[in-house]
This record gives sequence, structure tokens and C-alpha cells, in this order.
Amino acid sequence: SNNAALSGGRRGLTRIAIVGSGPAGFYTAHHLIKQCDDVRVDIFEALPVPFGLIRFGVAPDHPEVKNVINQFTTLALTDRCRFIGNINIGTDININQLRSYYNGVVLAYGAEEDKTMGIKGEDSYGVFSARSFVSWYNGLPGYENLNLNLSSGDTAVIIGQGNVALDIARILLTPLDTLKETDICSHAVDALSFSKIKKVIMVGRRGPLQVAFTIKELREMTKLPQCKTMIKHKDMLPYKDIISELPRPRKRLTELMLKTSSDGRDISNDDNVLELLFCRSPMEIIARNEITKGIKLEINELIEDANGGNTTAVGSGEYETIDCSMVLRSIGYKSRNIDPEIPFDEKLGIINNSKGRVVNNGTTINGLYCSGWVKRGPTGVILTTMNDAFETAGSIIEDNKNGMLPSSNTARDILNDIKGFEPVLFEDWLKIDEEEKRRGELVGKPREKIVSVLEMLQIIKNNKN
Amino acid sequence: SSQKPTKKKPRTVKVTFVDRDGDEITVDAKIGDTLLEVAKEYDVDLEGACEGTLSCSTCHLIVDKNWYEKIPDFLTEEEQDMLDLAFGLTDTSRLGCQIVVSDAIDGIRLKVPTETRDIRNL
Ligand SMILES: Cc1cc2nc3c(=O)[nH]c(=O)nc-3n(C[C@H](O)[C@H](O)[C@H](O)COP(=O)(O)OP(=O)(O)OC[C@H]3O[C@@H](n4cnc5c(N)ncnc54)[C@H](O)[C@@H]3O)c2cc1C
Ligand code: FES
Repeated sequence: SNNAALSGGRRGLTRIAIVGSGPAGFYTAHHLIKQCDDVRVDIFEALPVPFGLIRFGVAPDHPEVKNVINQFTTLALTDRCRFIGNINIGTDININQLRSYYNGVVLAYGAEEDKTMGIKGEDSYGVFSARSFVSWYNGLPGYENLNLNLSSGDTAVIIGQGNVALDIARILLTPLDTLKETDICSHAVDALSFSKIKKVIMVGRRGPLQVAFTIKELREMTKLPQCKTMIKHKDMLPYKDIISELPRPRKRLTELMLKTSSDGRDISNDDNVLELLFCRSPMEIIARNEITKGIKLEINELIEDANGGNTTAVGSGEYETIDCSMVLRSIGYKSRNIDPEIPFDEKLGIINNSKGRVVNNGTTINGLYCSGWVKRGPTGVILTTMNDAFETAGSIIEDNKNGMLPSSNTARDILNDIKGFEPVLFEDWLKIDEEEKRRGELVGKPREKIVSVLEMLQIIKNNKN
Repeated sequence: SSQKPTKKKPRTVKVTFVDRDGDEITVDAKIGDTLLEVAKEYDVDLEGACEGTLSCSTCHLIVDKNWYEKIPDFLTEEEQDMLDLAFGLTDTSRLGCQIVVSDAIDGIRLKVPTETRDIRNL
């Protein structure tokens, strides 16, 4: 730890509030607490449960990815870090109120909305966002009753070719017996047991060299039991000779795609199929009585930038229609503005910032920071978010050293002043956690998530009596 | 007799980490531990988000060129897949959770990558 980091700043404690308890929030707290001996951090969370997309995003069949929760838990149990859940910043407490209690406030509230395709028929029944589908199987409160039409046809089309799209495809195509042993919600298992979906087509605007998913996830897909990954050999052939020139990650990914590719003759009727379809843009949802029957796609041509830069897709004016009962758009998450005081770039969907310092019309707002997806945009893995959080924490430490953090009512504890709310502390969450694990054990899963906020609060109350 | 058996001290070898600030620290690494465990024990700034399950690449280390070939632990396809996501990937990159301390790497030198921005266009 580095006491000297603070010696030039105010004397006494430095109090930092973080808005959002996902990896950005926890990693920012981790770095601050590790680097400075006299920092105290409060992490505010709208939900009664912590960890953001680690709990509500990461796929249930990837439990290893969630191990990071152990590290966050250790941090939350130290006396220099508090988790304060069930408080919505921007609604229950506004940013200026919050800032008055702390020397610094870090906005790390992620990206809770999703981009739309903006095409005709998009609001037909059978079109869902990746975000709501993921929230449904992962038990985000409010999504348990999502009315999916899993049994009205055998083909689902996913627009997008990233890791979230692959997560969704895997959940739709994995044998249910495997999923049952994960922490996937039981309402999802029930619904998936009636699923007729056998084929998932993942559509990308551009070509095989522009897919956004990563190699581990594709390799996993190719090894899925009773499922074939269909990449057309003719789509890969044009790239065969240039693969060796690609940077290593892209090279290995493209090699795997080439190796996986086939003419499709080995696929039998019993197999589930994931098909990758390239160079297509969604044009219209074909619906009858507002129920999805198919999707019309425009075929694109790829224009390579002469300088080896971005490859763009240009519509060719030729179209094709795919019959399907379900369309899932997985074209990205989007952040929203939670308080009018925050200088938010609506176009980019992020908070205006420089190295995590919030900037309004070119002027830095002292003591206000951002971190994670709301700072950088909703892409990248936990590692990306971690590096990003360390950068923001670094900016805070530097500003503190230079005496740039505003003073505040640090003598007062905000918990004593907020009336009419039911803050959920970390020890309360541990009760919920315990109950979820107990319920999981009864059915042979690591946990059965509780999806109702009221029920969560009731469990906490019962434990206090 | 009532004498307590003397606990055998675990055998160790020397491992040198170069941390993000460029500072070198040489430690006595227990044989059988992974380099990630060694880093944790001696408070070297190396994360290990997935706890050694090959699912995060936050334990990325850059091995000194003359040591790279001497590491007995085979670079598996799965480790390469994860490494492909690491920032500042080099030809001698490895994941700290996949290398087990042994006599073969007595004296090894490793760098915690300073590259934290993703410059790749993946
Ligand atoms: C479906 C999906 C699967 C993924 N799988 C993986 C994976 O396998 N491996 C991997 O490395 N990465 C994965 N990622 C990426 C990873 O989840 C992100 O990099 C990371 O979660 C971003 O962190 P964050 O803290 O910025 O946002 P979040 O994790 O979204 O955290 C934001 C938190 O802020 C809270 N919040 C929002 N508004 C308010 C408010 N007004 N007041 C208080 N709190 C608020 C939210 O409830 C949430 O808890 C996945 C992402 C998605 C979407
Ligand atoms: S600790 Fe996650 S890959 Fe090594």
C-alpha cells in the first residue's frame, strides 16, 4: 500500500462512492483500497444483490468465469468497503446528494438497455433482445415471465456474431440434462424442456474475418454434444491463403473456422445445428397477425479499405428470406443516463470522460468519475473491464495526491440520512446467497436464484427476527 | 516419544517477477505451486480472476526469452485460446496459473505486462 500517494491531499479519510456493483465497481474499489491506506469505499447497487453481469450476464454453463465473485466477496467483507444494495442512484438519491457525502463518486452502472435494429416488424411477437433473453435465463428480477415462443417452430435467427450471441445459441442448443446442473433458473429449464428449436442461424453483417466472438467460445460450440456447427466451406475459401498473415488471435480463430467449415453433407436430421451466415443485414421481420414467421435479409458486399483499415458492408440490392419463428437481436447493449447532471453522450451511449474523469464541455468535473461499460462502451470481457477500472482508480489516486478531490460531509454517514429506503448490506446478501444455495442443493444445482426482489427482502427480514 | 515431528520445509526455487512499475522482486517459490499462487503469496500485482480455471487471462505473464523454452508445462490449445485475449500478447506469453514451479525453472524471470489497453482490432 502506498500512503505517500495521499500525503499531498487532505488529511483524514478519503471517502469514495461507487455506483454499480459489477466488475467495474468492484475492480475500481479493489485498486483504490489496495493502493491507498486511508480510502473507504461504499458500493451502491440498485438491486438487492451484487455483482452485475457476473451474476446476470455470464452464462450459467460457465461457472469458472464467476469465480471472480470470491475475490469481490473478500473485498466486500473488509471494513474499508461496504456494499449498499437496493438503492437506485438517480431515482432514490440523485448524484448531487450522493456527491455531498463523498470526496469522489464513480459511475460504474453498466449498460442496461439494448440497441434496436430499427426495421419493419421488429415489435412482432417472436422478436426478443439478447439482453432480455439472457436476463430471463439468468434470473434478473422482472424477466421471469418473459413470454418466449420456444415451441412454435424449429428455427431461431440471431442477429449478431459476438460472444453474447454464442451464449444464447448454446443455451438453445445444449442438451437440457447438462443445463439442469448449472445455476440456470428453473423457470428457464421448464420452458426449454418444451423447446422445439433445433437450428440457430447466427447472422453477421460482414464476413468471417469480422466475427466478434472469441476462439474459446467457438471451440466450445464445435464440441457441443448432438450439435453441429455449420460454416460453409465456400465462405471460408477466399481467406485460406491470407490466414498466415493475420495477427495471432485473428489467425487462430480463422483457422478454427476454416477447419470447422464443411459442405454440410455430414449433418443428419437428428443433429442440432448452429449455422453462421455472413454478409447479411436484417431488413424486415416477416410476420402474420404480428407473429414472426421469418426475416428478410439483404445480401452485402464487403468493401476492403485500401489502407487495410475497416472493412465495410454495402448492400447489394439482393435479398433473401429465412423462415423462422424467433428472432433474437444481439447487436449490443447500451447505457442510459441516470441523472441529468451527468454529461452523457447520447450518440456514443457513454459518459463523456478522459481516463475516467467525467468531462462536461471540455471541463473536468472534480470528484466525478466513471468506470466500466458506461465509460468505454459495452464491449469486452472481464479483463477489459478490469484494466479499465484500474485506469479510473489510477486517475482518482492521482487527483487525490494533487488535492483535487472536493471536501464533503465526510463526518456524516449517508446510511443515517436516507429515510424510507431499505438498504441491503453485504451480510444481508449473504443470507440470500445461503438460501439460494440451499434451494439449489435440493435440486442438484449450485444455486437456485431468487428472482423476486420482495422475496429477497423478506428473507433478510426473516433472518433479522 | 512426545516430541513433535519437525515439519519439513517445502523445497523452493528462485523466481523473479518484474512488476508493472518495472521493479524486480525475487522470491522463494514453493515447488508444486503455480506461478499465480506464488505471485499471490508474495503480493505481486497479478490478478487471477477465474482462480486458475483457464477462463480469464488476467494472470498473463511475459516470460524472459531464454526461459520460455525451458518451461516443462506444455502450452495447450486451451491456454493459447485464453492467451489470445490477453493484452500486450507476445511470443513468450504464458498464463501464470498454468505453470507449476519445479527445479527446471529455478531462476526464471517473468514480467507482469504493462500493456493495459486493447490495441488489437478483434
Ligand atoms: C450476456 C453477457 C455474457 C458475458 N459473459 C462474459 C464471460 O463469459 N466472460 C467475460 O469475461 N465477460 C463476459 N461478459 C462481459 C462482462 O460481463 C462485462 O465486461 C462486465 O460485466 C462489465 O462490467 P460493468 O461493471 O461495467 O457493468 P455491469 O456488470 O452491468 O454492472 C453494472 C451494475 O450497476 C448496477 N446499476 C445500474 N444502474 C444503477 C443505478 N441507477 N444505481 C445503482 N446501481 C445501478 C446494475 O444493476 C449492475 O449491477 C458478458 C457480458 C454479457 C452481456
Ligand atoms: S487465473 Fe484465469 S486464466 Fe489463469
